Amino acid sequence: MSWLTDFVKPKLRALVRADVPEDLWEKCPNCGQMIFQKELEQLHRVCPHCDHHMRLGAKARLDHLFGAEQWESIALPEVPLDPLKFRDRQRYGDRLKAAQSKTGLKDAVLVGAGDLGDVPVVAAAFDFGFMGGSMGIAVGEAVYAAARAAVARKAALIIFPSSGGARMQEGILSLMQMPRTVIAVDDVKNAGLPYFVVLTDPTTGGVTASFAMLGDIHVAETGAVIGFAGQRVIAETIREQLPPGFQRAEYLQEHGMVDIVVHREHLVGTLTRLVDLLIRPVPKQEALPAPEKPGEPAAEEDDPNRIVPVDLAAENGAGMANGPDEKAR
Amino acid sequence: MHSFLDFEQSVAELESKIDGLRATQGMGGVDIQDEIKRLEDKVQNTLQEIYENLDPWRKVQVARHPARPKLARIIDRLIEDYEPLAGDRTFGEDAAIGGGIGRFNGRSVVVMGTEKGSTTEDRLKHNFGMARPEGYRKARRLMEMAERFNLPLLSFVDTAGAYPGVGAEERGQAEAIARAIETGLQLRIPFVAAIVGEGGSGGAIALAAANRVLMLEHAVYSVISPEGCASILWRSADHAKEAATALRLTAQEMERLKVADRVIEEPLGGAHRDVDGTIDRLGAAMQNALDPLVVMDGDRLRQQRRARFLALGQIESGMAAE
Repeated sequence: MSWLTDFVKPKLRALVRADVPEDLWEKCPNCGQMIFQKELEQLHRVCPHCDHHMRLGAKARLDHLFGAEQWESIALPEVPLDPLKFRDRQRYGDRLKAAQSKTGLKDAVLVGAGDLGDVPVVAAAFDFGFMGGSMGIAVGEAVYAAARAAVARKAALIIFPSSGGARMQEGILSLMQMPRTVIAVDDVKNAGLPYFVVLTDPTTGGVTASFAMLGDIHVAETGAVIGFAGQRVIAETIREQLPPGFQRAEYLQEHGMVDIVVHREHLVGTLTRLVDLLIRPVPKQEALPAPEKPGEPAAEEDDPNRIVPVDLAAENGAGMANGPDEKAR
Repeated sequence: MHSFLDFEQSVAELESKIDGLRATQGMGGVDIQDEIKRLEDKVQNTLQEIYENLDPWRKVQVARHPARPKLARIIDRLIEDYEPLAGDRTFGEDAAIGGGIGRFNGRSVVVMGTEKGSTTEDRLKHNFGMARPEGYRKARRLMEMAERFNLPLLSFVDTAGAYPGVGAEERGQAEAIARAIETGLQLRIPFVAAIVGEGGSGGAIALAAANRVLMLEHAVYSVISPEGCASILWRSADHAKEAATALRLTAQEMERLKVADRVIEEPLGGAHRDVDGTIDRLGAAMQNALDPLVVMDGDRLRQQRRARFLALGQIESGMAAE
């Protein structure tokens, strides 16, 4: 029996697996149709049959935004792990390790820097696969690191939340990430730089009630669930059926909380246009004056292509709002 | 008269004995003064024993005690010339959040806070202290008024959390909370918050992004209710007691984590046994917290608040386990 179960069975299983790779096809969780994996990747995980936008992992999200290998990873600071020594039916430390090996990430957010068009952008992408994209200290630090990188590089900041909310296992310290992330995105705004939020499925709880609702522009992916309280909690509280489309991107747009609802196919184009509009008020074509003396480049201050908002902010002092001793924290 | 918590049964029995004895007093016969005194001492000892050893879940019960000090009483006792203000100037008035202007120890201040209400009717009117977006937007209005007139801002928090409802979501509950946090963080005036009973998640931090955060001894502060946490992580609200322990939501833990700057001692047996005495201690602690802030300039106040929150949960702030 041992030879059969220990040796032959695994070998057989491996053979079967090699013949029919499980990940060749993927079933759409919305319409149930089988989709050829390669096609799904080409469509950035939007179902070709029903247009359902499946979740993108953090790396896939940054690859989609900037192009694969077209972005630089921003290092994230070390944070205390499991500060409360939290334990439910499982240790939080074990849950963290499991999430890390499942996703290959250290925590739920990746930060990358790259260009959209030729405008510098720093982007922070949540990975729902990492403990539901929940916000603990590491996530708060990642958002803060992204904001600092944006200010340092005079770049636009784009955050892609995908999160069930606060990470309960970090208790009150997860709640404290709400003010901490608000401080982070306000630093970007105070530096005169654009801060965009791309609300992806799902954006709920303490994430929505902090940095995710404070963007200069709120873009939402088609069909994304966006809200504060969970639908089950609301249904139990009011004891009524929830209205159709409740807490969907389109519903939030109708209720004034979202500027633009966009299909993932057009997302990068939309963002590229938006950052260009806000960061480069003078169009590029007009911005190439003939050099006065041939061969000599125009003086830098005459270059309308330079990124202006930061300079403007520095002139009126808004850029100094953070104070010099901040860096020593 | 008291409403007793289940772990206070021994106290309830002793006190009903005392009441019984008092009722028979004067009917002649034996002198019962000594007996009353003996029982009263026993009440004190029993209370001391219970309250010195409250586990986190019992603390949650005390923090939710119906006779906990309420905003109306706090304002009545601490604030003179109080003028309540109403409305968010956009949609409506939310009675779950109260606030206005008045004098605190002689100085003009802006006051705001959540109100759970004291009677059944009152509780309904105040929606049990669970605010809708209008409430957080009114709070923001009050904060901005404090800023405009350079008045200190006092905030009193006792809420299970923001109200989960369809209308609240449609009118931007998340945005209203986010803006309240943002506005609080940007103020250039002294801002002191006290968690009086329950500090429930986003609905609490919306009113508590302050320079100093105080907590009453048996108040709790948490990212989620123990019941909610238990039903998600243990798949049953029956594990609320374990969740309360795991969440470390007591005032004492908050002080250790530096989320609270100071814990204010409650009377023996909890704030509900001496509400006015508790409020007086709260008032004294608020004044103490305010004193160093009123001499700071606006930029420094804003800077201090930022630094305070940015330092939370960092390795250098001694977070790496006990």
